[in-house]
Amino acid sequence: MPNTLYDKIWNDHLVDLQDDGTALLFVDRHLVHEVTSPQAFEGLRNSNRKVRHPNLTLAVADHNVPTTDRSKGISDKESKIQVETLEANCKEFGIKLFGMNDKRQGIVHVTGPEQGFTQPGTVIVCGDSHTATHGAFGSLAFGIGTSEVEHVLATQTLVQKKAKNFRVNVNGKLPLGVTSKDVILQIIGKIGTAGGTGCVIEYAGDLIRSLSVEQRMTICNMTIEGGARAGLIAPDEKIFKYLKDRPMSPKDKDWDKAMEYWKSLKTDEGAKFDKEIDLQAEEILPMITWGTSPQDVITIDEKVPNPQNEKDEDRKNSLERSLNYMGLKPNMAAKDIKIDKVFIGSCTNGRIEDLREAAKILKDKKIAAHVHAMVVPGSGLVKEQAEQEGLDKIFVNSGFEWREPGCSMCLAMNADKLKPQERCASTSNRNFEGRQGRGGRTHLVSPGMAAAAAISGNLDDVRKYQN
Amino acid sequence: MQKFNTLKSIPAYLPIVNIDTDMIIPKQFLKTIKRTGLGKNLFFEMRYDDQGKEIGDFILNQNPFNNSKILIAGKNFGCGSSREHAPWALLDFGITCVISSSFADIFYSNCFKNGILPIVLEEEKIKELSEYANRKEEISVDLNENKIVYGNNEIKFDVDKFKKKCLLEGLDDIALSLKKSEKIENFEKDLKNQKPWIFND
Repeated sequence: MPNTLYDKIWNDHLVDLQDDGTALLFVDRHLVHEVTSPQAFEGLRNSNRKVRHPNLTLAVADHNVPTTDRSKGISDKESKIQVETLEANCKEFGIKLFGMNDKRQGIVHVTGPEQGFTQPGTVIVCGDSHTATHGAFGSLAFGIGTSEVEHVLATQTLVQKKAKNFRVNVNGKLPLGVTSKDVILQIIGKIGTAGGTGCVIEYAGDLIRSLSVEQRMTICNMTIEGGARAGLIAPDEKIFKYLKDRPMSPKDKDWDKAMEYWKSLKTDEGAKFDKEIDLQAEEILPMITWGTSPQDVITIDEKVPNPQNEKDEDRKNSLERSLNYMGLKPNMAAKDIKIDKVFIGSCTNGRIEDLREAAKILKDKKIAAHVHAMVVPGSGLVKEQAEQEGLDKIFVNSGFEWREPGCSMCLAMNADKLKPQERCASTSNRNFEGRQGRGGRTHLVSPGMAAAAAISGNLDDVRKYQN
Repeated sequence: MQKFNTLKSIPAYLPIVNIDTDMIIPKQFLKTIKRTGLGKNLFFEMRYDDQGKEIGDFILNQNPFNNSKILIAGKNFGCGSSREHAPWALLDFGITCVISSSFADIFYSNCFKNGILPIVLEEEKIKELSEYANRKEEISVDLNENKIVYGNNEIKFDVDKFKKKCLLEGLDDIALSLKKSEKIENFEKDLKNQKPWIFND
């Protein structure tokens, strides 16, 4: 029977299958960070359990770390305890950790691929919903809760039920100024935030294949915003080339053997999908979110919706609530939305190509006087690379702040946050109420669109600044 | 884990769709290294004003809903992050059953690890049950029988057999998986032969 890529990875990891369909799945790679792991390690200690395979786990502190000068450590007492707890737990259980002053430190989903820890055909988990990012390498990668983190640490397995197969095909070529961020926002707008619930999404089509490795990561990253726990893309030469000679990639004979397996990782002709949708790349335009759910998307040329046009009562109430929270009026043009802040970074758009894309727009330009803008590279290595290319100077000269790596204002757990009613053009992944700070208002955009917004002082069309 | 068997309570009704985990428990409370003590911060931004005073309009601030053990909410409950702090906060507040027409996957799975029963019902049934919240009348949930009893009516609900057993018996699923150690070891042995690079990092 023809199988999907998801079916194949699933079958290759079955340790046990119960009659009711509950499976015990082997986990090849486990990423750990400071926020969702302390209670898991505590649980291990309380029940006198060990970590089964410490070398299949990699830890890095990212959510809480300061993005300003780190020489004096973390000033927030609770954040400091959490980061120190991670360090102590990794030491006690023998887990490799990239500390706050290690240049390999970064957001888990940037660090994993960068180190070659992320590999095709593996099952990768992390106590973070954006683990889907790693699916770009053709791995089955998904977020788990803390109890499951503890389960993986203790057993190197997870209890799971098989999800449905959902394929999203994107064909054609993207217009100038349109990026993979716009593609995924468009997909979420189309399927809704619960559209992928219970499914694993495979992204396919010639547009997807034409994307770079990092652009693919942006798409897979936001899969969870469409409700699917995992999103993946069949690995190809681009992926293999990316992984070659990374510190944790297979070496020598193992590399050849791995390549043989990796090349087999694709959906068979005629495999059955429970759900399938098609998008044409030419029809995708630069997108923004106007509301408080990632499905609230419009193009930069459009207007904010009017609840009066909604027949469904729940939908109408929800639109009204969002508009009210966002401080927007119905039918307002996207380009008339004035912004206060710009955030470029996160596991969605904090990699080198994202920074290049924004820097290209900002070169020789100044950001609007009323805008406060910052760039937070996804890892110390991204930061170093950007500095070698002189991108930091472009950002700083235009008026951006150039920060240390971490999750930062994507979820505002550290000091980087919006004040009530402040409005931000952000390259992150969630525009939920309060996500970037209590009362803060988030518009999700691509890095180029964030740069354009910074220059104009309002949401604007990146194509205007394209050379 | 605390067992879940039967539950009787006046339900609280929160008619908002897409209640995300940031709403359930905002990030400033994720800095804890414990599982307990989050109940006072459940729905923090809807529950307290800028001065930290309770907002009277919010349902869980009102008597008798401040003692509700059952929460009825709009569709796609628990979307967003994987933070288990969300079910921990509900549990610490005293809510051990959430009823909605749909749940986000990770949140749904996290509930079962903490003795919380998430129940999926059709929108129409949700509306019916919400009337009991409006009238401040008790409803009861019976996991053994897979049913909710309200007034003279009852509704059946579906729940995965394995998950049901774990909830009813308060089972530690790590211990259950460790019983399969031999199978895990065999899998690992094969893996080392077939994909040696997996362990070679």
